[in-house]
Amino acid sequence: MIIAEQKPLEEIRSMAAKHKKILLLGCGTCVTVCMAGGEKEVGILASALRMARKLEGNRIEIIEDTILRQCEWEYLEEIAPKVDEVEAVISMACGVGVQAMAQQFPDKLIYPALNTTSLGMPAQHGLWVENCRGCGNCGLARFGAVCPVARCSKSLLNGPCGGSQDGKCEVNPEADCGWQLIYERMERLDQLELLEDILPAKNWSTDRDNGPRRTVREDVFIADVKGGTE
Amino acid sequence: MKRTLKEALKSGDFVITTEIGPPKGTNIEKMLHHIDLLKDKVDGLNVTDNQSSVMRLSSLAVCHLIKDRGGEPILQMTCRDRNRMALQADLLSAYVLGVENVLCLTGDHIMLGDHKGARQVFDLDSVQLIAAVRTLETGKDIGGNELDGAVSFCVGATATPEADRMGSQLLKFRKKIKAGAEFFQTQAVYDMDKLKEFMQYARQFEEVKILAGILVLTSVGMARYLNANVAGVTVPEELIEEVKSAGKGQGIVKGKEIAARHIKQIKKEGICDGIHLMAIGKEEIVPEILEMAGIK
Repeated sequence: MIIAEQKPLEEIRSMAAKHKKILLLGCGTCVTVCMAGGEKEVGILASALRMARKLEGNRIEIIEDTILRQCEWEYLEEIAPKVDEVEAVISMACGVGVQAMAQQFPDKLIYPALNTTSLGMPAQHGLWVENCRGCGNCGLARFGAVCPVARCSKSLLNGPCGGSQDGKCEVNPEADCGWQLIYERMERLDQLELLEDILPAKNWSTDRDNGPRRTVREDVFIADVKGGTE
Repeated sequence: MKRTLKEALKSGDFVITTEIGPPKGTNIEKMLHHIDLLKDKVDGLNVTDNQSSVMRLSSLAVCHLIKDRGGEPILQMTCRDRNRMALQADLLSAYVLGVENVLCLTGDHIMLGDHKGARQVFDLDSVQLIAAVRTLETGKDIGGNELDGAVSFCVGATATPEADRMGSQLLKFRKKIKAGAEFFQTQAVYDMDKLKEFMQYARQFEEVKILAGILVLTSVGMARYLNANVAGVTVPEELIEEVKSAGKGQGIVKGKEIAARHIKQIKKEGICDGIHLMAIGKEEIVPEILEMAGIK
């Protein structure tokens, strides 16, 4: 899923500074699961903003709501009446949701309350880790299903760097060395031999390097697609 | 005329390389002094490439200066700051400037340096960089395009004899050889028994020459720093005690003795094919250490 975390309150406050009435809109999917922008977080952030504004003698009215997904048109349509009522929307979705809101409501100011960090999962309660970089050409089959692009700090394809120590990364001693994970898993699966091949330079054209990616499925096109090709 | 590093490696002599650190800035006086002091006493002068991810004068420019002064430069190239186009372009450039040796490295992470917000590259890794040099030698670039004039290099790489997870490090070591590395300069080693253990493994690759990394200890603080912060480097407690015994501010005296002792042992027992002597920022002590070790 998409992992995000809330921006510092000060930054969110400054976005709302000139507004008297806003909609604080949560998203019910990824960011709810990673406890960054779901219904609960909307409630907490709304209270914090109200309190801060009350203290400075400049009250703000906040409508709170959470929709199932801010990244799909059908869920955005239902929120239109509330959007109409306010000067601006602070979205607690990931960057995709924030931009979908902006596209759906072209005349409304839309601000982000979250920093979108990665594609990943909770490694344990309260710790989310990046496991996929969305490079567009999945090579997990070669690495025992542990991704070196996402989980090695340098995205190395042919083995660990010299900065790997005690199975940890030189960038952060609390983070696992991705290559040590790959090596140990391949060893366990008796597949170490597969790692002996020299992998050539990766073709990054399926990544961002070929421009913003568009995934096209003509077989599921229907006439009059909302948003279409933009 | 001075022999090339390739000739030195082939000669069977005990090969000595050392290191020049480009300055952070354009004041090159001290560095030129070090180059002049060392160029005739060693078989090759490594020039670091934005060492420790700190932005500095470029390795290629300094290699050119060394060449001009009659030295034998070894161009260090990391994969951190340049993509495959820039790396290949610099390899072509190095070749036309007369630089004949390249040491291919992964490079420290951006986060360890002085431009922490910079975007790191790592388009290639060290194995792929070695392979890229070998491809350029065939008259093609790694995109498969024809070159009007090829390159030719003596290609080196690094290894970590004292790594704590040897299996994955040796995998990388083998791949570097397979990709075309001719020589290795190792990470700093302080435990001669561990070095011997590594060499017992490495000797099966007969075509490859291995120079042991000797990093001169200058103080107890430095030794502790290495142990705490530098992966694959362990200064044993008895060596730290030895440095301490020199008294405050005198650690380098013992540090030089230790380095000379290790060099002597490596040469005498034929443990490695040579050494790569590092005296970061204190290059002027290199000739003295070589003399103490009975070399030249």
